[in-house]
Amino acid sequence: MSFREIQAKEITAAVKKLFMDCNYYIGEDVTAALEEARENETSQLAKDVLTQIIDNDAIAARERVPMCQDTGMAVLFVEYGDRVTVSGEGFRAAVERGVSEAYTEGYLRKSVVSDPVFDRVNTKDNTPPVIHTEIVPGDRISITAGGKGFGSENMSCVKMLTPSAGVEGVKSFVLGAVAYAGPNPCPPIVVGVGIGGTFEKAAQLAKKATFRSVSSSNPDERYASLERELLSKINEMNIGPAGLGGRTTALAVNIETYPTHIAGMPVAVNICCHACRHKSVTI
Amino acid sequence: MKKITFPITDEQISSLRCGDRVLATGYLYTARDAAHKRMYDLLQSGESLPIDVKGQTIYYVGAAPAKPGSVIGPCGPTSSYRMDKYAPSLLDLGLKVMIGKGARGDEVIESMIRNRAVYLIAVGGAAALIAGSIRKVDLICYEDLGTEAIYRYEVEDMPLIVAIDSEGNNIYVR
Repeated sequence: MSFREIQAKEITAAVKKLFMDCNYYIGEDVTAALEEARENETSQLAKDVLTQIIDNDAIAARERVPMCQDTGMAVLFVEYGDRVTVSGEGFRAAVERGVSEAYTEGYLRKSVVSDPVFDRVNTKDNTPPVIHTEIVPGDRISITAGGKGFGSENMSCVKMLTPSAGVEGVKSFVLGAVAYAGPNPCPPIVVGVGIGGTFEKAAQLAKKATFRSVSSSNPDERYASLERELLSKINEMNIGPAGLGGRTTALAVNIETYPTHIAGMPVAVNICCHACRHKSVTI
Repeated sequence: MKKITFPITDEQISSLRCGDRVLATGYLYTARDAAHKRMYDLLQSGESLPIDVKGQTIYYVGAAPAKPGSVIGPCGPTSSYRMDKYAPSLLDLGLKVMIGKGARGDEVIESMIRNRAVYLIAVGGAAALIAGSIRKVDLICYEDLGTEAIYRYEVEDMPLIVAIDSEGNNIYVR
């Protein structure tokens, strides 16, 4: 079997560009959803908040500055082909270097501390990133990267539901999580829901769900219908843009699933703010 | 749209009502999690603060770095509830205005009423837009904290909303 060789510096350059671009340029899907939401609002305050957000995102893109001062912890979902080899300093080091260069040279905020409890000393280049790697067949590497702000990350949660809870249990947990989060995660939010797998798999799926376009749907019509129902119920909560009331509490509910154990039905909710930033590349 | 000044006057505080939209001009101090913890620890051990908060404004923010030629990088509000543990001690010392985003706890609101203070919010995630109202930035202390250090911002027409007024009326309670 022959292996394709990718230079480490090519990975570094790609990762650097992903983190700079995702912080400067919000996705067109989010902009379209914000504009539609503004049309749909009846309260002047809600319209004005959405206008501020839309204007802000335009300023960020025009001036090449981050749309939010919290440029996040760097999160990457990697599909790593089983016939690829990365030369030079290797894949992990190449990714870390890309993150470091993006955050230092791109004027992004360095928000990572070395030790979570005792030291809490800033690492000064926003490393290390969180990397989720899946080995897939092929000779390519696909990376989806995002800067995850912690105003919304702090409002996320996991629950080990059991099978008898059923779909009603899922709905009640998701709606409860959004109600609890209230105005804190910078609504309008994107609600990532992970269902199935194990404790940590559900949480990872929920994060992955926030990296999906807000205009996309789960390919399984049952889950697509659940996404629509939850979105509609969330937007009846009157939390609204910036939490000041209105019809737009969420831009999307994205559900990702995985097979699970006969005894379990883990559910995770990962909330993302309106600055739902992610970009992808295949090398 | 009301115009207010920082430091704020007692008359302005009395006139502000929950839901009012204001444009603020003057100067304020910044502090978020780490700076609050240091100030709180100083007070717990009977020492004085590095800044006199009496009559002043604290903005909960950790700005992104300024690009060359800019006064400041994007600088939107961070979630205020994380400062709830520390806020009543500062309000008791005369802090008059807190700026952040999101809900506050009951103890903070009770302390605000007792001390005649207001809680204003900026739109979370509108950081590049808010940066346009910052005219000057000076580092005051805790330089080692980087983005979490205490800075003094001169602001002009900074767009804010009164979330909790000095009588405890709360925009998040509907």
